[in-house]
Amino acid sequence: MKITRKDFLRLSGLSFLAAGTLEAARAVAGSDSSAQNSPGKPSAQPVRWGMVVDVQKCRKDQGCDACIGACNSAHNVPHLADPKHEVKWIWTEPFENVFPFEQSEYAQQTDAGIPIPLMCNHCASPPCVHVCPTQATWKRDDGIVMMDWHRCIGCRYCMAACPYGSRSFNWVDPRPAIAHINPDFPTRTKGVVEKCNFCEERLAQGLRPACVEACPEKALVFGNLADPNSEPRQLLRKRFAVQREPELGTGPSIYYLV
Amino acid sequence: MRDRIWIIAGLALFAVVVTAPFWSERTPAKDLTKVPNLVLPVNQKDCVAPVSYMRASHMVLLLRWREEAVRQGQRRYVAFDGKVYDKSLTKTCLGCHNKEQFCDRCHTYAGVSGPYCWNCHNQPQTNVAGISPRSMP
Repeated sequence: MKITRKDFLRLSGLSFLAAGTLEAARAVAGSDSSAQNSPGKPSAQPVRWGMVVDVQKCRKDQGCDACIGACNSAHNVPHLADPKHEVKWIWTEPFENVFPFEQSEYAQQTDAGIPIPLMCNHCASPPCVHVCPTQATWKRDDGIVMMDWHRCIGCRYCMAACPYGSRSFNWVDPRPAIAHINPDFPTRTKGVVEKCNFCEERLAQGLRPACVEACPEKALVFGNLADPNSEPRQLLRKRFAVQREPELGTGPSIYYLV
Repeated sequence: MRDRIWIIAGLALFAVVVTAPFWSERTPAKDLTKVPNLVLPVNQKDCVAPVSYMRASHMVLLLRWREEAVRQGQRRYVAFDGKVYDKSLTKTCLGCHNKEQFCDRCHTYAGVSGPYCWNCHNQPQTNVAGISPRSMP
């Protein structure tokens, strides 16, 4: 078969044109399908889970520990007698230790000794995440500072980095110290660090955190801080709220209405 | 040639000692030739993957589930036959299988010394009747 130079050029041109059209059609179809998918992800509301603790409503001073009990039984948190081995997800400290900047002599008289419920602050810029050498702890897109106990090597850098004391190390096997094991949540093992996970396993099922549901006074208000109309944001607009040690720049997601 | 008797006796003794494991009744070698006595689930016919894959690569699947469920928040697993499962060792795997009668027996037989799953992961209540969770290794 003989082919002239003119025919060759004409054929090449047509081939390139056909290939180009196909590619363009594919690109248009691709952008169409991504446009159809987009309402699912990018246009969805950004989420940053957070909590507001109404100290005035909290009845910790009357001995209520419903939130702590609910958390401990939901997450198999051990109750170890030795304070050096203590493991805590949500716990209390006296007001003057939590908010040392509020220590005027008169404030001390009224507020001193009032127990304040504390937990992991799920910081916007979590120091524990920055120091973890194995990425066993990391910040999720919804703001939860998560832990992967499979990866934790027990180096305790995160405990040194956390300014809030929110992390505990398992110095001993926690299982014997758990009164009733909840089979739906794993226990931990000796040699890993643990902390509050904002009940991410409950959030995945559309439930609120166990402590929030357990509070008889509704003193713990949980919601999406990125949504201006969420319950915590409405409270934060109305009332004066403080974070723990905001000057450290960690950006805690737990606010206290004092 | 006066030592012939001793040489033959020595060779016979040697043969007896060397072949002892093959014919002695006290040796456990015979037991090791048996396959482990696995108790299969009665309530389910299908697993999350074909038996051949699970037998060879269940650990790969478990590691993938672990990464996806914990780190990527993807908790639903669509199996090869289209069924949807929860990516959960306790709820899905142990929902059918019994740890002592399935996992442990094969691991012991194959000489697989402990994956550390059970240091943290629990057995579901229905399977632990009579077995304290604390007795797990």
